[in-house]
Amino acid sequence: MSAKPVNAAIEGWHTLDTDKPQLLGSRCDSCGTYYFPKMLKYCRNPSCDSSDFSEVPLSRTGKIWSYTNACYKPPEPFVADDPFVPYAIAAVELAEEQMIVLGQVIKGIDVDQLKVGMEVELVLETLHETDEDTKVTWKWKPA
Amino acid sequence: MSNEIAILGVGMHPWGKWGHNFVEYGVAAARAAIADAGIDWKDVGFVSGAATMRNGYPGYVAGATFAQALGWQGAEVNTSYAACASGSQALAAARTKILAGECEVALVVGADTTPKGFLAPAKGYRPEDPDWVRFYLGITNPTYFALYARRRMDIYGDTEEDFGLVKVKNSEHGFTNPNARYKKKFTLEDVAQSAMVADPLRLLNVCATSDGGAAMIVCSMDYAKKMGKADAVKVAAISTVTPTFASEVVEMPDIATDSAAAAGVDAHRFRASLPVKAYEEAGISPKDVSVAEVYDLSSALELDWYEDLQLCERGEAAQLVRNGDTRLGGRIPVNTSGGLACFGEAVPAQALAQVCELTWQLRGQAGDRQVPNAKVGITANQGLFGHGSSVIVKR
Repeated sequence: MSAKPVNAAIEGWHTLDTDKPQLLGSRCDSCGTYYFPKMLKYCRNPSCDSSDFSEVPLSRTGKIWSYTNACYKPPEPFVADDPFVPYAIAAVELAEEQMIVLGQVIKGIDVDQLKVGMEVELVLETLHETDEDTKVTWKWKPA
Repeated sequence: MSNEIAILGVGMHPWGKWGHNFVEYGVAAARAAIADAGIDWKDVGFVSGAATMRNGYPGYVAGATFAQALGWQGAEVNTSYAACASGSQALAAARTKILAGECEVALVVGADTTPKGFLAPAKGYRPEDPDWVRFYLGITNPTYFALYARRRMDIYGDTEEDFGLVKVKNSEHGFTNPNARYKKKFTLEDVAQSAMVADPLRLLNVCATSDGGAAMIVCSMDYAKKMGKADAVKVAAISTVTPTFASEVVEMPDIATDSAAAAGVDAHRFRASLPVKAYEEAGISPKDVSVAEVYDLSSALELDWYEDLQLCERGEAAQLVRNGDTRLGGRIPVNTSGGLACFGEAVPAQALAQVCELTWQLRGQAGDRQVPNAKVGITANQGLFGHGSSVIVKR
């Protein structure tokens, strides 16, 4: 492992807890709608005009709604390994929040190991390295 | 019916990767529509353009750009931008103007020149832009279509071959279409041997981006009568509704759906809501539809549209394509033009191209692609950021 400092690829979107990381979202204080990414300004529920929110960590487990993979290197700002290594992607339903969150699946898992309805948990894994640090992001891992 | 307008003329510039200025395609399509309508350009009182975001300022003010290219003649002008629904929004603006009695005859036109390769977002560190976020995390356009396709497979039992059947059908339909870009009859084997892009979608299951242009001349029913064309194809409904909170399906470019956790909030499927308003407005039932043009950004997405248009029950779309129901000669032909599979997407022109095809079908002018005795046609498309449309035309 590199000795570089570890930072979130997108600052403030998840905790850096290596054991049980969580996405950091928000919740409307008035109607209870969750947001990821965080919304702290205006509630998008058409029946709610609240502007008061609390930051909340989101459920770190969910069920796969659907999944796929990326067989070709995406364009920038994606930073690809050289040579490019395909990776799987999952859309995961969070029961408490009643929302679906996309993310890569951890390295080494391909689509033939995934299934709609499968339980997954959130982990952190390297997205890419820079000269100064290692950028980690949330990924889904079969539970 | 008081809210109907007539389609007097339609025209297109063939789709391709021509690399010319988009204005050329728009002018060619507009002139074809004007000639088809049998009017003079100077008779047009309102020019309604669909904008392109990829061609600088002239694209942002497309209505004026086309009006100038055709020769300033004092018409009023409008430009609409609504992603893939831009053409329908431009048509809706023309309809409103006509029904308000502010103009008799309008030109609706959209055209695009697309860059080569991936459409990449602006550079920098911009986490407030969902488009930047998803590319940074490795989520491209095919990701979303593949997620919808895989869900069909795991929930309804659709197969990769079903998606292949859609591609094969559309390539047979577009084979003789002079405006189509890809004119090759693909086989199931061709599809299965093409490279995997985003499992389960292969290269031949996803659409390309193209250059192209489409236009139509629309007018009041009184004007159509005056022209001796009281029996022209009519626009019976235009739906451009926004989604209803909360989103059930994760939509491009978002990284997450809305949360449906609040009391009184249900998850809604945006695509399915688009034709509902169109059917209501036209007073037409899905059973009455003779032909449909839908946005097959992927061949699996075409199956979702069968269900969203209520051509079958949810989960049964694959059976329609297996039966041959949606091919020419079937019960309800879909994408007789060849669809995006044969055209590739030219965003501001695409929703208008759908209406052009239906107009030719309802006039009986679709040649080898003709659906016998077509009376009612419906379009459907969906784009980024809550845009989408469904247009119903009838004889």
